[in-house]
Amino acid sequence: MSRDERPLTTVPGWVWLALAACLALQLVWAGMRPGMSHRAEDLPPPPRLAALRLASLGEPEALARLAMLYVQAYDLRGANDVPYQDLDYQRLVAWLRVVLALDPKSEYPLFSAARIYAEVPDPAKVRVVLDFIYREYLKDPNHRWQWLAQAAMVAKHRLHDLPLALQYADAIDRYTSAPAVPLWAKQMRIFILEDMNELQAAKVILGGLLASGSVKDPAELRFLERRLEELEARQARQAKGGKESLH
Amino acid sequence: MPAAAILARFVLLEARRSGLPWLVGASLAAALGLAAFVSQVALTESIALQSAFSAALLRACAVFLVALHVAACTVREVNDKGLELMLTLPLSRSAQYAGRLTGYVALGVVISACFALPLLLWSPPVAVLLWAASLALETALVAAAALFFSMALVQPVPAFAATAGLYLLARAIGAVQSIAASPLAEPTLAHRLAQWAIDVVALLLPRLDAATRTEWLIYGAPSAGAYATALAGLALYSVLLVAAGLFDFHRRNL
Repeated sequence: MSRDERPLTTVPGWVWLALAACLALQLVWAGMRPGMSHRAEDLPPPPRLAALRLASLGEPEALARLAMLYVQAYDLRGANDVPYQDLDYQRLVAWLRVVLALDPKSEYPLFSAARIYAEVPDPAKVRVVLDFIYREYLKDPNHRWQWLAQAAMVAKHRLHDLPLALQYADAIDRYTSAPAVPLWAKQMRIFILEDMNELQAAKVILGGLLASGSVKDPAELRFLERRLEELEARQARQAKGGKESLH
Repeated sequence: MPAAAILARFVLLEARRSGLPWLVGASLAAALGLAAFVSQVALTESIALQSAFSAALLRACAVFLVALHVAACTVREVNDKGLELMLTLPLSRSAQYAGRLTGYVALGVVISACFALPLLLWSPPVAVLLWAASLALETALVAAAALFFSMALVQPVPAFAATAGLYLLARAIGAVQSIAASPLAEPTLAHRLAQWAIDVVALLLPRLDAATRTEWLIYGAPSAGAYATALAGLALYSVLLVAAGLFDFHRRNL
């Protein structure tokens, strides 16, 4: 107790009671409030780039990353059996495009597109995302090649669209010129044509990315490890299902 | 010790004995806690996210704390007639003003150094050093603005509102200009007049969007030319605010 305060006993009883009652009421009120959940169909259209720039107050890098956290909260698996089944992909891609324009050096939008939103079972949605990756790749091939490499893998193994996969592989070879781009990426056409399954191809790409030092972020490493484990489990389930059907 | 230096020391002493050190500590704790939270929900670029988020938050906290502290202390001193008492001393008005401002600038340097330390967890030391130096100069500019408005308006809320308005406008003016120059806009006379008015306002403001950039922390240090230009702009505007403050203080009849 400081010298500016009087003892607690000087506070009238009704004030004590009112304080306790109001606090209890607030706790009950807040406890009854339903939790905020972002449903996929709630994803609003993105603001204009100029509006985002204005709102960033000269901090576009921070705002771009916070905007990605906001977007990824929509339908992030949620209670869906099929991930992102309700997400409006045209709006999603518009968000990714505007965030990338806000901070063109950020890898978050293209990472999300290639590794999360392109890995859905709906081919139409996958094509929307792959087209976004391809268009954005053309704007800065030397820094965005790894996302097109992943898009090529998705085109081959998820869409089973070999010409599209080869188009992306050829684009990596044609438009990249930086010495930092590894040889395996420039020669992607060869191992797209090879008879590899998705797990083998994913391991080759991930191994190549790790060896070239392109993946350093601990969160991304954890995510990729988890994704590889999921892929291994799925392949094992498919192999087991295949054997059982033979018997 | 020169009189101005003694006055500056008292300003720092007052800051140390106020709740300011606790607020600096609370800002650091909030930035570190929120950075840890956002890194847990990030799927990639978690280090860049922590660095960018903390830097943006700490920059805003530094400016807010300095502006509010300067406005509150100056207005209290005027209202308590402390300033009148000081004017009876054999000290020139310029020395009194400079002494106070030096103390507030030193306070900004200390806060900037404290706020730069956690950024070393995620960004290279050279980039953090450049960011901290820029933040120190930015807080010096804010201190000069807050002192000027506090002396001129002599009320805490208008003084802080004017300082915050100047600061926010200076950070947003680049984006406002690019919106005004948008090729999608109709080239009417009214639009041209609005664009011209915005360009005139921009001439009267410092380019705070070019200083203390988060980009330096996550994508590497800026070029020497760009950095020097940004800091020279801040220094020039700070001197302008000091000159305006001295002009107002000298002609004030206290």
